[in-house]
Amino acid sequence: MPALADDAQPKAAQDANPRILSLGGDVTEILYDLGQADKVVAVDSTSQFPAQALKDKKNVGYLRALSAEGVLSINPNVIVASEQAGPPEVVKALKSTNIRYVEIDDNPSADGVPAKVRSIGDVVGARDAAEALATKIQTEFDALASDRKTLGKHKRVLFVLSVQNGRAVVGGGGTSADAILQLAGADNAAAKISGFKPVSDEQLAEFAPDALVIMRRGEASRHGAEQARSLAGLSGTPASKEENLIEMDGLYLLGFGPRAPAAARDLMQKLYPQMANATQSSKP
Amino acid sequence: MRGTIFAALGVLLLCAITLSLAIGPTGISLQALPRAISASLGWVDDPAAARDRLVLIDLRLPRTLLAGFVGAALAVSGAMMQGMFRNPLADPGLIGVSSGAALAAVATIAFSHGVAANFIQPLGIYALPIAAFTGGLITTLTLVAISSRRGHLAIGTLLLAGIALGALAGAITGFISYSSDDRELRDLTLWMMGSLSGASWPKVGAILPFAVVLAIFVPRLMRELNGFLLGEVEAMHLGVDTEKTKKLAVVMTAAGVGAAVAVAGVIGFVGLVVPHVMRLIGGPDHRIVLPGSALLGAVLVIFADIVARMAVSPAEMPVGIVLAAIGAPVFLHLVLRRGMGGWE
Repeated sequence: MPALADDAQPKAAQDANPRILSLGGDVTEILYDLGQADKVVAVDSTSQFPAQALKDKKNVGYLRALSAEGVLSINPNVIVASEQAGPPEVVKALKSTNIRYVEIDDNPSADGVPAKVRSIGDVVGARDAAEALATKIQTEFDALASDRKTLGKHKRVLFVLSVQNGRAVVGGGGTSADAILQLAGADNAAAKISGFKPVSDEQLAEFAPDALVIMRRGEASRHGAEQARSLAGLSGTPASKEENLIEMDGLYLLGFGPRAPAAARDLMQKLYPQMANATQSSKP
Repeated sequence: MRGTIFAALGVLLLCAITLSLAIGPTGISLQALPRAISASLGWVDDPAAARDRLVLIDLRLPRTLLAGFVGAALAVSGAMMQGMFRNPLADPGLIGVSSGAALAAVATIAFSHGVAANFIQPLGIYALPIAAFTGGLITTLTLVAISSRRGHLAIGTLLLAGIALGALAGAITGFISYSSDDRELRDLTLWMMGSLSGASWPKVGAILPFAVVLAIFVPRLMRELNGFLLGEVEAMHLGVDTEKTKKLAVVMTAAGVGAAVAVAGVIGFVGLVVPHVMRLIGGPDHRIVLPGSALLGAVLVIFADIVARMAVSPAEMPVGIVLAAIGAPVFLHLVLRRGMGGWE
C-alpha cells in the first residue's frame, strides 16, 4: 500500500505536541495571553487580536461558515471553539472525530470572561496562568463596579454598530453592546429593542441619548463617525449638542476577551471625563 | 445524436464525481478509499484510516451526492418551467418558486426554537425539506391560479405575478430575518448564499424520496412538453392532457426546488441557464432537454462545489457565488456566439 497519511502519529505523541485550532476572537486572545501562541496552528477570521494571529497562523475562514474538511486539513488535535462556531452539521462532524473539541461558553458579562479564561486554561493545561489572568480580570471588573457606584446619574448612551443607507443599526437589549454599556456605567438608550436593529430617525430622536458610541472598523476609518454625525434624528439630542461621540474598536469593545475590563473602563472614562482623573490614582 | 449527448454527459458526470471524491483540502485522495472502507468495516484499526473514512465517506461522498441532486433538481425544474410556459425566462428563481421555498425554510429555521417548536422538532431532519417543498408548492399553485384565464395560462401575467409573489415572499423573509437576533441573522444570510458545507448522510436520506419521485415522474413529461412547444391549444389537439401535464410539472418543480433549497440554501443561475445550454447543444426536444439538464446541472454544481471548497482552503466559499461568478460569463459567451438557445 502506498504511503498515504502525511500525519499518522500515535495519539500519545500528538498530545505531547498540541496543535490547537482556535475559533473565535475572544478564544484566540485568551490563548495568546496564556502564552499558548506557539501551540496554535490556525485561527478563524474573527481572531483579529493580537494582529499577528491572523498573520502567522492559517485562517480557516469565518467562524460560522466553517468547512469540516478545511478544518481537518490543518490537522489539529485540539479545537477550542466559541459556542458560536458553525454551521451545526460541520461542528457535529468535527466532534465525531478523535480530535478533542472543546466548546467555550460565550457569556458577555463580568463573570463570563474569567470563566472563559479558566476553561481555556484547563484545556491547554495552563491552569496557573489562567487562574492568574482570571483573577486579574475579576479584580479589574470589581474595581470597575465600585467606580460605577461613584458615578451618580448614569448617562443614556446609544451604541451605533453601523450606518447603512442613512439608517443607524443600534445595539438593543441582550447584545454584547448592551453588556459593555452597563459595565461602563451607562444606560443603554436603546434597551427596549432587542438585538442589533436598524432604527428610524424618529426613533433615534426618541432615544435622546446623551452620548453616542460608534464601532470603528480599521484604524484609518473616520467614515462611521461622520455618517453618524449626519443622522437627522440625532440633531436635537444631547449627544449631538455636546458633540459627545465616542469611536472604539469593535473587537476591543465587544469581544469580551481579557481586554473587556479595560475596554469598559476606557468607555467609562470617555463618557465621564471626571472619572479619568479620579481613577488615575488607583491605576499603576 | 441523443446517445452521443447522453454518453458524453454521463462521462462528464463520472469525471465530476471522481474528482469531487478525490479533491479536498485534506489532500486525502481516492487511493485511500480501500483502506477507508476496510477501516469502516473494522478490518484494520488505524487512526489515519479512520480519518480517511471520515473525509471520504462521511464528508465528501454525501456532499457530492447532494451537489449532484441539487444541480439536477434545479436544472430539471428550470427546464420544465421553461417548457411548460414556453418562455426562456421562466425559472424557479425568477417566478418566485425559490423565494417561496426559501421563505418556508427561513421560517422553519427561525421558529424551530420558538412558537412552532412543537410542530417542527418532531419532524427532525425532514422538517426543512417538507417546509421548503410546501412553500414552493404553494407559490407555484398560487401562481398558476392567478395566471389562469378560463383554463388558459397567460404567460405575461404569469411572469409578472411570479415576480410579485417572489417579492412578497422576499418581504416576509426579510421581516423574519429582521425580527431574528444577530446570531440567527448571520446564519440566515450565509444560508441565502447557498452552500453545501453542511452535507451529511441524514440530509441525503431526507432528499432521497424527492429524488425518487422526480426520477419517476419527470420522464413522463417529456412527450407532453414537446407538445407544448407548439402551443397549449395545439398540444391539446395532439392529444396531450394539458391540465394534467401542467399540474404534474408544477408539483415536480416544487419538489425539486424545495428539496434543493432545503439542503443547500438558495442557489440561483442553474435553473435558468442549464436548460438553455442543453437546447444549444441538443435542440428543443424535451427527450434531450429534460434528462440532459439533469445530468449537466449535476455536473455543474459538483464542479462548482469543488471550486468552492478549494478556492480559499482551509476556509470555504458559498457555492452560489462560485456558480454565478464562473457560470454567468460562460453563459453570456454561449448566448452571444450561438443565439438564444432555441427560442428565436
